[in-house]
Amino acid sequence: MGSLIKSGGVSGAILSRIATNDQHGENSEYFDGWKAYDKDPFHLSRNPHGIIQMGLAENQLCLDLIKDWIKENPKASVCTPEGVYQFSDIANFQDYHGLKEFRQAIANFMGKARGGRVTFDPERIVMSGGATGANETIMFCLADPGDVFLVPSPYYAAFDRDLRWRTGVEIVPVHCSSSNNFKLTVEAVEWAYKKAVQSNKNVKGLLFTNPSNPLGTILDKDTLKNLVRFVTRNNIHLVVDEIYAATVFAGENFASVAEVVKDLDSSEVNVDLIHIVYSLSKDMGLPGFRVGIVYSYNDSVVSCARKMSSFGLVSSQTQFMLASMLSDDSFVDNFLMESSKRLGIRHGVFTLGLKKADINCLISTAGLFVWMDLRHLLRVRNSFESEIELWHIIIDKVKLNVSPGSSFQCTEPGWFRVCFANMDDDTLHVALRRIQDFVSKNSNKTAEKASDNDQLIQNNNAKKQKWKQSNLRLSFRRLYEDGLSSPGIMSPHSPLLRT
Amino acid sequence: MKQLSTKVTSNAHGQDSSYFLGWEEYEKNPYDEIKNPNGIIQMGLAENQLCFDLIETWLAKNPDAAGLKKDGQSIFKELALFQDYHGLPEFKKALAEFMEEIRGNRVTFDPRKIVLAAGSTSANETLMFCLAEPGDAFLLPTPYYPGFDRDLKWRTGAEIVPIHCSSSNGFQITESALQQAYQQAQKLDLNVKGILVTNPSNPLGTMLTRRELNLLVDFITSKNIHLISDEIYSGTVFGFEQFVSVMDVLKDKKLEDSEVSKRVHVVYSLSKDLGLPGFRVGAIYSNDEMVVSAATKMSSFGLVSSQTQYLLSALLSDKKFTGTYLNENKKRLKIRQRQLVSGLEAAGVTCLKSNAGLFCWVDMRHLLDTNTFEAELELWKKIVYEVKLNISPGSSCHCTEPGWFRVCFANMSEETLDLAMKRLKEYVESTDSNRLISKSSHERMKSLRKRTVSNWVFRVSWTDRVPDER
Repeated sequence: MGSLIKSGGVSGAILSRIATNDQHGENSEYFDGWKAYDKDPFHLSRNPHGIIQMGLAENQLCLDLIKDWIKENPKASVCTPEGVYQFSDIANFQDYHGLKEFRQAIANFMGKARGGRVTFDPERIVMSGGATGANETIMFCLADPGDVFLVPSPYYAAFDRDLRWRTGVEIVPVHCSSSNNFKLTVEAVEWAYKKAVQSNKNVKGLLFTNPSNPLGTILDKDTLKNLVRFVTRNNIHLVVDEIYAATVFAGENFASVAEVVKDLDSSEVNVDLIHIVYSLSKDMGLPGFRVGIVYSYNDSVVSCARKMSSFGLVSSQTQFMLASMLSDDSFVDNFLMESSKRLGIRHGVFTLGLKKADINCLISTAGLFVWMDLRHLLRVRNSFESEIELWHIIIDKVKLNVSPGSSFQCTEPGWFRVCFANMDDDTLHVALRRIQDFVSKNSNKTAEKASDNDQLIQNNNAKKQKWKQSNLRLSFRRLYEDGLSSPGIMSPHSPLLRT
Repeated sequence: MKQLSTKVTSNAHGQDSSYFLGWEEYEKNPYDEIKNPNGIIQMGLAENQLCFDLIETWLAKNPDAAGLKKDGQSIFKELALFQDYHGLPEFKKALAEFMEEIRGNRVTFDPRKIVLAAGSTSANETLMFCLAEPGDAFLLPTPYYPGFDRDLKWRTGAEIVPIHCSSSNGFQITESALQQAYQQAQKLDLNVKGILVTNPSNPLGTMLTRRELNLLVDFITSKNIHLISDEIYSGTVFGFEQFVSVMDVLKDKKLEDSEVSKRVHVVYSLSKDLGLPGFRVGAIYSNDEMVVSAATKMSSFGLVSSQTQYLLSALLSDKKFTGTYLNENKKRLKIRQRQLVSGLEAAGVTCLKSNAGLFCWVDMRHLLDTNTFEAELELWKKIVYEVKLNISPGSSCHCTEPGWFRVCFANMSEETLDLAMKRLKEYVESTDSNRLISKSSHERMKSLRKRTVSNWVFRVSWTDRVPDER
């Protein structure tokens, strides 16, 4: 947008490149699904034919446990009669080290979420504005504009914004494929690294989410060890975003990179290169509270990230409450167990339902979503145009907002990320029925036209219904990214977000 | 290959400054009425601790807000999931109205033009990212808040060029100073993108006059640049004069819907007026749609906790509370400031006449051995170690004249302030008598002290145990 007049003369009041470029990634076509959802959001009783939101990786399964704890522990709030005696001290507290009790509680929780197999040092816990803030901060600490980070694809769409937008860092994807179930291999990383270096790129490190978003898979410990050895050999950084650490519901234990650091000999791992990003948004389902953590084994990075945390400290009100909650061992133990159980059940119900429609998903043992294989439904195999076409059909006809694989930089068309933990059981069943109906319709072309017409009529009726929202009008405002450039309007959100 | 980014190894975060060094000393030996009555009294912290009781009383009467309930129903789940970067609509509405109330309802703020941020620290940085490229410059009148070096420059790559203000006219901004700064930027081959002022001023505690505001608006009009007005202290005005916001001036000049108004941005926060720095509530207000749009997306990196937004939307929507609070806040600040000023006077120390803020700009030039910054640092060291008061030396605020210090008064009890003033008085009186006794031995000690000071400053510059504050 516009040219930048750089001279000793009149500067012009134009905005920065950052403010006017598209690097935030929110102008992509992928927000079509969100727009559609916003216009016609599903509600079990009030809008049963609306679009079901399955593009939002929220964990709503265990909020009741947290709510109950808060009710039973009024002292944890500085606003209740029981807790208000702490109000002034907490309201006044803006030390960027964070409340000591908060850091200890977080370290405690992180350790428990990893089965107690590893412990975390509260002195290395640095706050940030959600994992969004944490990822950006770690980039600011590790890389300069123009430097490169390798990121295995498919990857969380908003990394394009979080890692690159204001930092000037570049992402070079390490493409993973279905041929080996999208597993990240050291060979693939090595190849991508060599290629980048050969093209004169300054590769500063490797970053990936483990458990993976959007795949829901966890990296096996051996590969993780080898990756740690790889980065150490090449003196580049490793950032592991472990935001989904406690969403593991089956299979083998999640091996945190912290475990690997503990296990490996000091000759094999240079700990100054190892950094973890964490958050409570997924494991606890508290994205609204903005609790992001940067955890680094490198003292300089801890120090720098801590200074930078001034730009995104966690509200002391929130720190105080969570300090209390997360140091309640019996609550935490029960929560982690329950959460894992409920996610497992939900995942099981969903994948079984999908199987009935002959739909397979990548085998996964973690996350709040499945990586659904719809390659067989593409009109033209191996075509991204067909993927987008199919996606629009899913939104408009099946009435589900899901995320197409291409929005995650997947190199193979036909994969979709579908979230299952952000709704109640009934809604999930409606979604499954719709999918099953759609698939069976598809295999019966003549019936299709008739039911499409029915659907259209139903849709029109549904649209005529008045949507009465709760007083707080929050349910539809949970969407937090908007692709529209006009501000101030409560716009739909793009799928390119921390979902 | 360099392992970490240049940001890690640069000291553009500004925390090696003496402003933060006094903190370390305070932390080692903090005053406590009972447990450590000889400790260092913290007067370098611009916090407002005078009105917590009002908020606590409100909380007691409003259990719903406290218990994350609305009309008796729990809204915990909705709040836990709410991460929309547009912010809670009721909160922005309440914030807009609060900002209007502070300005006597003379101007209006449209909630849709508000972008929330994690404190004004984040708001200011975000605005820089939106308005400036690396290497662009913003002009700032000196003395200014030391944290700006970090907030405006560190990760953005922007530069600050000072507009030199002097005690000869009460540190007001003059046209010639403005022009000089602009030209200086050009000499340095820097592209000036705008001016940033804090109004009421930190560290001066004074409000910009209409003359200055008009000057600024005219200047940015002619140069086609931006004006950021950080009005974080707008609710701490305790004098008889009204606070005049840049928004008032735009209105009076009938520029509200003009092209210029798009280049005027206001930064706000609840850290000073309401004394809630821990809650991290900052805001950007801009008439430029693109700025609002870009800043909104950037706020993803530092959103306000939904729990906090909800609490404060209830608090600020209670107009009875806000009216009472703003009045009471003014009253208490005025009394406390008077206490500091008279205490200083009793010690033979004057300060810049001020009617806002949580601090006074104190004139200790007469206590300097020489009119140098070395002498200022020496004096500061004495005040920290011997008088046991942590105050902020003017050099840390980029003041061009040695001998000025920022002294805070709203972050302690009356009794503590009394004690602080007593200590200062004793020190001044003993210094006076010492001066009469030995002038020559003083000269000898000076050179020794100079070496000691520079060693000390070097040694403590590698600290990072620094609380963040304004």
